[in-house]
Amino acid sequence: MKPARKQRLMLIGLMVIGAGLATGFALKSFNENLMYFFSTTDVVEGKAPKDTLFRLGGMVIKGSVERPNDGLMVRFKLTDFSKDVTVEYTGILPDLFREGQGIVAHGRLNAQGVFIAEEVLAKHDENYMPPEVKDSLKNQPAPVTGQKS
Amino acid sequence: MFLIPDPVVRFFHRMASPPHFYAFTERLMPWLVVIFLLLTAAGLYGGLYLAPADYQQGDSYRIIYIHVPSAWMSLFIYVVMAVSGAIGLVWRIKLAEIVAISSAPVGASFTFIALVTGSLWGKPMWGTWWVWDARLTSELILLFLYLGVIGLYGAIDDKRTASRAVAILALVGVVNIPIIHYSVEWWNTLHQGPTVTKMDKPSIHVSMLIPLLLMAVAFKFYYLIAMLQRARTELLLRERNAQWVKVMISESK
Repeated sequence: MKPARKQRLMLIGLMVIGAGLATGFALKSFNENLMYFFSTTDVVEGKAPKDTLFRLGGMVIKGSVERPNDGLMVRFKLTDFSKDVTVEYTGILPDLFREGQGIVAHGRLNAQGVFIAEEVLAKHDENYMPPEVKDSLKNQPAPVTGQKS
Repeated sequence: MFLIPDPVVRFFHRMASPPHFYAFTERLMPWLVVIFLLLTAAGLYGGLYLAPADYQQGDSYRIIYIHVPSAWMSLFIYVVMAVSGAIGLVWRIKLAEIVAISSAPVGASFTFIALVTGSLWGKPMWGTWWVWDARLTSELILLFLYLGVIGLYGAIDDKRTASRAVAILALVGVVNIPIIHYSVEWWNTLHQGPTVTKMDKPSIHVSMLIPLLLMAVAFKFYYLIAMLQRARTELLLRERNAQWVKVMISESK
């Protein structure tokens, strides 16, 4: 390879590495801000912000969904398989909201440590399969009681 | 050049010559179109008709057959653009510059399609058109990178200088590619994790996976068709004063 080309190739290599390092450090320092939601463990350990809106993500615990006063208000427990947080939400849930399914709720904590959600988004997982295959795996999540479908 | 067999080296040397490239792609084009149409027909038939409905999302998941191949293409084309841009920078090969800039509009279109289909999919499944999570935001930045490349190229009159400027921008932007790919693993996102592109076995049933892969290959052929057509036009424009273009035009009269 001719020296001029070699030099240009090395310059390009250095430039890409430099850009990569700079971005890497920037992302590392903003790591917290890039998280779309807090986990339930963060909330229980007090890492989540108080008195302000934030997002809480987790899996809806099976059998925890209840509608205490026959209205649109629904109460359920979220977990990250280590700590649980109770969530209350008044409104229409997305179609994919199911027990055993991941969701992301936007809202704030009240004084009792209950998360009052203003918005609930369903987070579907990366599994795609026909219903028959799911049936044969024998752990189909039960549909939410009282939910219109 | 050791390690690379001689016929391959000769092929690339010949492809770097504009008249040869122009004639070769002309002969190649019908084949590409036929393969693209066959693959798309098979992929769409498999995806929309043969593949079963999903256990969670029902028939709505079928948008995956456009969304995921487009998103893969948006990353793939960017890498092709950056690598050919780098080849143009180092070896000053005109055709590498042309391939780089001809890839940009095609890549931008696929990025746009991935964003729009993702949004249409997000509304019924997640309950929202758009969220500012790491995956969606980094993919949007990719669209802006493509648009920046197109804009920068258009802003500089001397196309060889423009190509060098564009290659540097594209190379700096390469850092975004692993960010997009790993965003769903590094950070909490509303977007799902990887289904197919991971070390593990794909988490999609094989009857749904095959049409998806067919569509992915079909989109690769579409990219080749669209990019080569743009490259041929760009080549003629740049070489309008060259002897071979004059000869070709006088022959076709």
